[in-house]
Amino acid sequence: MTKHTDTIPETRRRMLGAGSLTISMVGAICFCIILFWVVIALVGPWLAPYPIGKIVSMDVFTSPSRDYLLGTDYLGRDMLSRIILGARYTVGVSIAAAFIACTIGVALGMISAVLGGWFDTIVSRGIDALIAIPHLMFGLVIIAAIGSSLPVLVGTLAFLYFPGSFRIARALAVNINELDFVQVAKARGEGFFYTVREEILPNMIGPVLADFGLRFVFIVLLLSGLSFLGLGVQPPNADWGALVRENVSGLAYGAPAVIMPSLAIASLTISVNLAIDNLPRRLRDRLP
Amino acid sequence: MTELVEVKNLRVIARSDSGRETPIVHDIRFTVPRGKVVALIGESGSGKTTIALSLMGYARSGCRITSGSVRIGEREILSLSEAEKAKIRGRNVSYIAQSAAAAFNPARTIMSQVVESAMIHKLMPKAEAEAKAVELFRALALPDPEGVGSRYPHQVSGGQLQRLAAAMALISEPELVIFDEPTTALDVTTQIEVLRSFKSVIRERNTTGVYVSHDLAVVAQIADHIIVLRNGSIQESAPTEQILANAHSPYTRSLLAAANPAVHAQAAPPAEKAEDVPLLEVEGLVAGYGKPGPDGLPNVTVLNDVGLSLQPGTNLGVIGESGCGKSTLARVIAGLLPAAGGRVKFRGETLAGSVADRSKDQLRNIQIVFQMADTALNPTRSVAQILGRPLTFYHDVKGAERTRRVRQLLDLVHLPANMAERLPGELSGGQKQRVNLARALAAEPALILCDEVTSALDTVVAAAILDLLAELRRELKLSYLFISHDLSTVRAICDDVMVLYAGRKVEAGSGASMRAAPLHPYSDLLVSSIPELRTGWLDGLDKKAAEADGGIAAVLARADRCPFVSRCPVRKPGVCDVLEPPVRHLSKGSDILCHLEERELLALGVGA
Amino acid sequence: MITRMIMARLGVAVLTLLIVSVVVFVATNMLPGDVAQIVLGQAATPEAVAGLRKAMHLDQPAVLRYIFWLGGMMTGNPGTSLVNDVPIVTLIGGRLHNTLLLAAVTAAFSVPIALTLGITAAMWRNTLYDRLVSFATIAVVSVPEFMVATIAVLIFAVHLHWFPALSFANDVHSLGELLRVFAMPVISLSFVVSAQMIRMTRAALIDTLGQPFVEMARLKGAGRVRSVLTHALPNAIGPIANAVALSLSYLLGGVIIIETIFNYPGIAKLMVDGVATRDMPLIQTCAMIFCFGYLALVTVADICAILANPRLRYK
Repeated sequence: MTKHTDTIPETRRRMLGAGSLTISMVGAICFCIILFWVVIALVGPWLAPYPIGKIVSMDVFTSPSRDYLLGTDYLGRDMLSRIILGARYTVGVSIAAAFIACTIGVALGMISAVLGGWFDTIVSRGIDALIAIPHLMFGLVIIAAIGSSLPVLVGTLAFLYFPGSFRIARALAVNINELDFVQVAKARGEGFFYTVREEILPNMIGPVLADFGLRFVFIVLLLSGLSFLGLGVQPPNADWGALVRENVSGLAYGAPAVIMPSLAIASLTISVNLAIDNLPRRLRDRLP
Repeated sequence: MTELVEVKNLRVIARSDSGRETPIVHDIRFTVPRGKVVALIGESGSGKTTIALSLMGYARSGCRITSGSVRIGEREILSLSEAEKAKIRGRNVSYIAQSAAAAFNPARTIMSQVVESAMIHKLMPKAEAEAKAVELFRALALPDPEGVGSRYPHQVSGGQLQRLAAAMALISEPELVIFDEPTTALDVTTQIEVLRSFKSVIRERNTTGVYVSHDLAVVAQIADHIIVLRNGSIQESAPTEQILANAHSPYTRSLLAAANPAVHAQAAPPAEKAEDVPLLEVEGLVAGYGKPGPDGLPNVTVLNDVGLSLQPGTNLGVIGESGCGKSTLARVIAGLLPAAGGRVKFRGETLAGSVADRSKDQLRNIQIVFQMADTALNPTRSVAQILGRPLTFYHDVKGAERTRRVRQLLDLVHLPANMAERLPGELSGGQKQRVNLARALAAEPALILCDEVTSALDTVVAAAILDLLAELRRELKLSYLFISHDLSTVRAICDDVMVLYAGRKVEAGSGASMRAAPLHPYSDLLVSSIPELRTGWLDGLDKKAAEADGGIAAVLARADRCPFVSRCPVRKPGVCDVLEPPVRHLSKGSDILCHLEERELLALGVGA
Repeated sequence: MITRMIMARLGVAVLTLLIVSVVVFVATNMLPGDVAQIVLGQAATPEAVAGLRKAMHLDQPAVLRYIFWLGGMMTGNPGTSLVNDVPIVTLIGGRLHNTLLLAAVTAAFSVPIALTLGITAAMWRNTLYDRLVSFATIAVVSVPEFMVATIAVLIFAVHLHWFPALSFANDVHSLGELLRVFAMPVISLSFVVSAQMIRMTRAALIDTLGQPFVEMARLKGAGRVRSVLTHALPNAIGPIANAVALSLSYLLGGVIIIETIFNYPGIAKLMVDGVATRDMPLIQTCAMIFCFGYLALVTVADICAILANPRLRYK
């Protein structure tokens, strides 16, 4: 038997080696920033120097000082505390909403792709219609109808963003479903759930995670927008969007009270976007 | 100076995602004399296309030419600036890509693309260029040379596009033409037409060419000199005759051996007569896609009235060109696509149309192995998991016993036991195909449906897989339904052969009967189109078949005539194009679907 | 063939609009409790509440109310405002014009700039220029619209004093005034919309540049400009039209924030005010106008893609 030509070319083998999962410098920095905000959101109440609603200074819109590291807001409250505690809302609500949106979207997308037929047609058509609803506008409609509270915010954001997740998951699953290894599993007689769970899902994890990140960014932006309009997180609590709204009158003096929460939002969302862009290609589109 | 091209110490480096650099081509030196064709032969990853492209000073993204010299005429290509290289490309050196279908811009007319290089380099006025293009179309034996230019690429068949790509390359009368696997993507019967027209223009115009291919038999027809490449370096370089008759390098010899697969059918045990019931029987099968119409046929009918019978322990080869329905046949038998009509019987029992309605034992006994080993294995599961799943699923084997059986399976397909923990991405193409086979064997089936299992592999690796299939069959008393577009592969492994054309069975008989006259006119075309590994084979062929105008798809729609009529060289007008052909039994033992009687076919010399 | 595909696409758009109207109707009727009671307040007499319920058809089943509402919407009579008893058509009238003007000026301003930047970035991919454009666009799409607007105000109005920070479109008498009034909202919106458009255009073109026929053009001696303009671009029209439409649909989200910040008298501002006073008929109508705008954009993009595909044009 002549097996000598049947080897992986040297180039390919090296590409498959240890070096292939290294993350670029930019990616690493972004991951650190994301991790930082997640930790702040988790341990915020123990870190914040002052309670959230407490007016600690008679001076409003002050510059950073030893007592108030990021200055004070329009009522004289400590900005550092408010940003730390705001992280809970911005990061927490957004992660929860993105998680629900992706879970529903991916599950429904895979089922729709594998089942096909009229089920797929009806679900896809319905979801196409939902995608045609402008997000911020529909957020306004729901909050106008039932008022703003944390569960309503999470539910609304998840509802607005699961159609996008469905579309991507369905497209991925349709492609994978056509691949020979799935056909082999079907010919073997494997059941529906085995096929979806073992053959299809593991092969779309990379793109789905990247999509989760993007969806998280969209949700952070929408939540901030709603809060900026005064329709998101309600006082005395505040997410970063609400902090900008409260202190927008300090804009003319360049008060840190309006700049800092803006920077917080930007650092989080830009990091997630850049981190996804810098993911190793093999992880991002892990498709044969 | 007689040498037009001189390449010295060429080195090209590839850069991976993580920034690591590896040479993919190194120490390349060769010359191309004026008016001669030099072939670069090698398997995938040998660097042949990379070398060909560097003759134009071009490296694909991720690659970089790091050192060496390429001289064409008086110019040193590699030291030119990007703008100067652009002046050479398409004017002094032109390129014919592997897939013309992809190399033509779908949004522009063919003519505008054919004359484009003449326009870019301002060689002649547009009208003159177009007149010249039409002349080239005629020289390349394209149908409708005046009209084809105004069409869009998707309106023209693959074989025609490939010739149009040649016209695109020749319009500027370049000093050197690079042919990059120009016939690989074509069916054999189309390939021969294209090769013939290439050869005639090369000879007429005294073209200097570099011909890149993996197929020695094709190259033997066109090239004067052959360079054998492997892993980016030259193994052997000699005149064509010498390579074919007296190769020095062991690698070249293994390529030559693999190009002519040995016949294994005789080595198989005689069919056991213990059972009278055929293992697999297919009767009047109709299958396709889309909703059935009022006539009971599906919207797109892929198979029409196909029947076959397979005795236990024998092999049946199914052969035909792309789109003839051979893969659909395997999918229907496996239960992946319910048939629109007809029956599939396994050991006398009629099988349900879909997997869901078949018993586990029926499923276990028929296993399917797909063509693309790359997509047939789930990239996220280890070899042990891939092989273990059917063991657990069909035989309820778990734990240590499962591990032992996996090792046994790996041994059966000649893979080391340490492969078990690898992921498919870490295996070579041949290794993947072995795992693919082992997975089917894990079920302990009686029948394996092999759908083009060797087509995506390099010839040497494919030959090894064929050896393995023959060995497994002897040891495990398996039957194969072996689907292929390649008659020589089918002949090497199968007892019986069935020829499909446009979803119809046009000939069925023993493997030996495929060598005896008369043949169905299509089988004849198929047999005579397989390039032989000797120089002068192409010149010795007489022009037999008319060309398919609309391709197979156009034929499928009409059931009221012979499916092959538009290409048949011996058709009888008034009969073949208005009546459905009858099945005729020939004295050599096979059945054909043809209006012509045996003595007529013999008299016309079909298959002789 | 091609007309049939376009008709089918229009049919899908109408069907989608119908589904969207159901979703909007359901969402605005989700409020638990009696809308009439809420509108009139706790002090209202039971008779007054009952009267209002009848006037709002609240005593009828939801399906009937939906049909009634849809009928009114389609005949140009979406009802009267709950807050000040003015016909909604009157409220929306001039303001829709203002918003459309804002959108049109923004589109006219940002589409050419964005396409140029996107195409050139793709053409000179991986150069410093491309990296700068890519980073700038990713930064802009990553931050909320209100931040883009506040930064723009900070730079152009507060620091440079070029334009007034607030705008009222009611008393515009000359082109110069028009420019000054529109400048800040248009600049802010353009940033938001262009960033998305540049990213998508660049991605679409890079996708096409990777096709073998573009490599073939290079090997025929075509320069970078020729291979992009005559080979890649005609094949990227579909995706680019899609990118433009999708990005312009960001106008719809952006316009809500921008009109609020600049106190611009458009329908987005009207809608946000309506949310504050829970003026449901007004919100419903504005929502349907927004959805209609979005669908119109996406449908036009799809039709462009159909028309640009030679496989469909020449069968």
